[in-house]
Amino acid sequence: MSKQQIKKGLGGWLFLTLVLITYGLLGLVNPEATSQSLVFFTHVMLQVLPVLGLVFLLLFAANLALKPKWIRRYLGSGSGIKGWIAATLGGMLSVGPIYPWYAMLGELRQKGMRDALIATFLYSRAVKLPLLPLMIHYFGVTYTLVLCLYLIGFSIVTGIVVEKLIPVRDV
Amino acid sequence: MQTENHLKDTFKKTIRTFINVLPIIIGMILATSLVITMFPEQVSSGLFGNGEIIDTLLGASIGSIAAGHPLASYLVGGELLGGGVSLIAVTALVVTWVTVGIVQLPAEALMLGTRFAVYRNIVSFIAAIAIAFLTVYTLQFLGLAWPALNV
Repeated sequence: MSKQQIKKGLGGWLFLTLVLITYGLLGLVNPEATSQSLVFFTHVMLQVLPVLGLVFLLLFAANLALKPKWIRRYLGSGSGIKGWIAATLGGMLSVGPIYPWYAMLGELRQKGMRDALIATFLYSRAVKLPLLPLMIHYFGVTYTLVLCLYLIGFSIVTGIVVEKLIPVRDV
Repeated sequence: MQTENHLKDTFKKTIRTFINVLPIIIGMILATSLVITMFPEQVSSGLFGNGEIIDTLLGASIGSIAAGHPLASYLVGGELLGGGVSLIAVTALVVTWVTVGIVQLPAEALMLGTRFAVYRNIVSFIAAIAIAFLTVYTLQFLGLAWPALNV
């Protein structure tokens, strides 16, 4: 295990401990709010569990099949338009909460995925294909269409700008 | 034999990655649950009404802090529109809700790097405001200014 992975692992446990301490303190001050938060947490966790399973399988498949050479070719600095299309579509099709996807992107990044494409993937997640009917219901067809087109365009702009701002990788 | 070893090694590597990520995911969902419970949407609706630009910045800021299901942003947005808040401010809220994550920032920084996470969120915030103005101006250009939209 690399130093970086150990650091990430310890940071995660430290973070969880801090959150649990916050819950403990809040529980003393406001038990009702703490209880409501825990009920909400349980509800969200039940939704997240299947996504975690999916992400585990994707991580396993990525570790098994994707070689750094392949990643650099299709999602690396020389990937060209294929990389932009893959990142945008990938973001639009990715389902569930964002946290498990950070892990996936972090893994791909270590194998050579461009920062620009990671930022594009994260931004294009704003286009929620399964929720489009609901957005149309609330805001209308034209609004939804115009907004989605801008979201797709700006996901690429965001990727380009973020990469320009980060000349050297800091992971 | 070699393939079997490769499978085992890959499985172990995936498990290690997963164990590293799990406390971050659980911690983030716990933190998000706390924020959502402590700051109900009624608090935000009374804050608007200070002009289009300030309302837009406010909408974008609320969306950046909010960390619930995207569907909730449509509901909150719909309520705010009904309450007279401008479509630009509501659009900024809806867009930042899914593109900017202040609550998720620690997790993003841990997994993708602090500088990447901070810059990405700042750029996404600015982009969301630009999208909000462009979307509404495009609709106006098309002759579909609010409240002519189908809601």
